[in-house]
Amino acid sequence: MSTPHQLPGPYFTPGRTSFSDFLAEVAPDVAARARATIEASAATTAAAPHGTTIVAVTFVGGVVMAGDRRATVGNIIAQRDIQKVFPADEHTCVGIAGSAGIATELVRLLQVELEHYEKIEGTQLSLDGKANRLATMIRANLPMAFQGLAAIPLFAGYDVDESRGRIFSYDVTGGRYEEHDHYSVGSGSLFARGSLKKLHSVGMDADDAVRVCVEALWDAADDDSATGGPDLARGIFPVVAVVDAAGYRRLPDSESGAVVRAVVDARQHRPDGPAAGVAAADD
Amino acid sequence: MSMPFYVSPEQLMKDRADFARKGIARGRSVVVMQHAEGILFVAENPSTSLHKISEIYDRIAFAAVGKYNEFENLRVAGVRLADLRGYSYDRRDVTGRGLANAYAQTLGTIFTTEPKPYEVEIVVAEVGADAESDQVFRLTYDGSVADEHGVAVMGGSSDVIGGYLAERYADGLTLAEALTLAVDGLSRDGGSGESRTLGSDQLEVAVLERHRPRRSFRRIRAREIDELLGVGA
Repeated sequence: MSTPHQLPGPYFTPGRTSFSDFLAEVAPDVAARARATIEASAATTAAAPHGTTIVAVTFVGGVVMAGDRRATVGNIIAQRDIQKVFPADEHTCVGIAGSAGIATELVRLLQVELEHYEKIEGTQLSLDGKANRLATMIRANLPMAFQGLAAIPLFAGYDVDESRGRIFSYDVTGGRYEEHDHYSVGSGSLFARGSLKKLHSVGMDADDAVRVCVEALWDAADDDSATGGPDLARGIFPVVAVVDAAGYRRLPDSESGAVVRAVVDARQHRPDGPAAGVAAADD
Repeated sequence: MSMPFYVSPEQLMKDRADFARKGIARGRSVVVMQHAEGILFVAENPSTSLHKISEIYDRIAFAAVGKYNEFENLRVAGVRLADLRGYSYDRRDVTGRGLANAYAQTLGTIFTTEPKPYEVEIVVAEVGADAESDQVFRLTYDGSVADEHGVAVMGGSSDVIGGYLAERYADGLTLAEALTLAVDGLSRDGGSGESRTLGSDQLEVAVLERHRPRRSFRRIRAREIDELLGVGA
């Protein structure tokens, strides 16, 4: 991309707020490069690194999202400290399970897309608007999905109009589904969802929600070989993000590490985790 | 068949420049001022939604005077260029200088080839790691670029206000001091020393904050303006 003598026509198109539409018209080479990455990794899907489990839990006044740190290629651990949970903008986050190359490209495009709209229009999209925009972007990659691509995002954010945290899941065709209370995607999600179901309770605060997320990731790692547990020796802990009225905040390692140690200690006594009381309250 | 009158290039350019200058002189002024914590933008603008000051990218902001539809066009083009650069390369590769160049080329071409020049004057400012690495570019209707230091004033009474502020500006002002000075300057646009009173509802204020991570642009709303100016209380 070189500096043009005069910015060409598409730069001055009135009323267009989508960055990806603009990209396709002005720099089809850049747009194509993103698509080529996606196609290449879809074609060699077995050889590309895969990210695994993402969990999200709502609490009073916000939502917590967490992801383990492992990327695998077949039976090999490709990376121990990959990041799969990202801020999408100030009040939303996105976590992606699946082919890591596609996931990071999709996140980068989503981040620019949301910021681009905000700057051009001078106002943020509604949370539903953001969720729909992500659905459109997934749908644009539909042909790749049929070639064996799997990068499924989990989207969550704080709805400033309704003052609460909300979670959205997607399928490869761009279907968008609002989830209630908690959800998980990725290879370990079956185990994580079982864990979330038992541990979540309405009226939890942010600290409880963080604890529930870390417990659920442990349960996923316990039964799914592609999901990594916390690595105490190397100090690699799950990425935990809290989104509330104050915005997106990734917990520093000191905070997430403290929660992880508490979970590990508790599991020394009861390896299967907290017991769900059949008769009455939890614990 | 009638022959068109010959107009010399000098006359043609002068007419266009006069036309653009007249349009710009009709509007209220905008002050851009460096201070200890970043770069301050102050505009006299009673509208809370039609902005003269806007965010372009992480460290870059845009301020303009003149015809709204024309500078709005430029602003949107700048956001698109910056986002495209940042997405193609890296966020750090988006610079105020690159943006100022693109604007200069665009304004220059429009000035010479379009039926009517843009009646705008803009500032592209980039906040750096320290005050020395701040960059403030001021661009006029014909595409000329000036590298500004300290204070830049655009708009109808830029000479009067610029002169007033240049005498009183010093490096290292706090945000409150810089805002007080800028508002003081804007209120003296009548010339001959007398000043008007500008309330926070007539002001549009924003800052590029040096130590804010990533997106450093922040609008300062009426209540905070009053606090900084020390009025109301």
